[in-house]
Amino acid sequence: MSEVPATRSVLMKHAAGLHARPSVKLTKLAKTFPCRIELAQSADGPWIDAKSIVKVMALKAPRDTVLFFRATGERASEAIGALGDLVARDFDEDHADAAAS
Amino acid sequence: MTSSNVGIVIVSHSKDVARGAAEMVRQMVGPEVPLAHCGGDPGGRLGTSVESIMAAIAEAWSEKGVAVLVDLGGAETNSEMAIEMLPADRRDRVVICNAPIVEGAVMAATESSAGSSLAAVRSTAEELYAGAVVP
Repeated sequence: MSEVPATRSVLMKHAAGLHARPSVKLTKLAKTFPCRIELAQSADGPWIDAKSIVKVMALKAPRDTVLFFRATGERASEAIGALGDLVARDFDEDHADAAAS
Repeated sequence: MTSSNVGIVIVSHSKDVARGAAEMVRQMVGPEVPLAHCGGDPGGRLGTSVESIMAAIAEAWSEKGVAVLVDLGGAETNSEMAIEMLPADRRDRVVICNAPIVEGAVMAATESSAGSSLAAVRSTAEELYAGAVVP
């Protein structure tokens, strides 16, 4: 069975990039969905498991990176919608908070 | 409070390190993971004690088990001793992670917060030392 993945790309504007706290938030949110979710810094990959906190943090994606999400399986489009929104909302961190980290 | 998530115990020689690492877990991961920490010997000097490690395991207890993060030598041997002294039905559900104490605790707690098994929590923490962090 081949399934077309749901995809989304979002510009990450967070001042510190995908550092520790945003990584934890992203991974925790990804883990609430049953589908397979992957993350990359380019549309061509390499893709990593967005549910792996170690791999997400190791990505060390800097500010102004476009993050690419792709998901396959149950609730895939909902998942990438929620993850993309989290990035677009700057991980719900205020800027004073981000600057301190 | 009973939780369905794997508990995390932080054991350092230093009370301040233990408390600081626990604070990072709480702030970065959240309240849904049972968490306890201990550090220092009963006299307030650097060290670890079997008794306080056992108390921390009891505090962070979850039916899914408890992952212990330690810093140096004695923290590990005393944690092993504490685990051996647990009731037989709990002993098999407590593991010491071969991971850096602060980073390992945050990684383990993140994994636990998703309702993962003890084995998954341990392997996420240990992935750091395994060098399996190729993006």
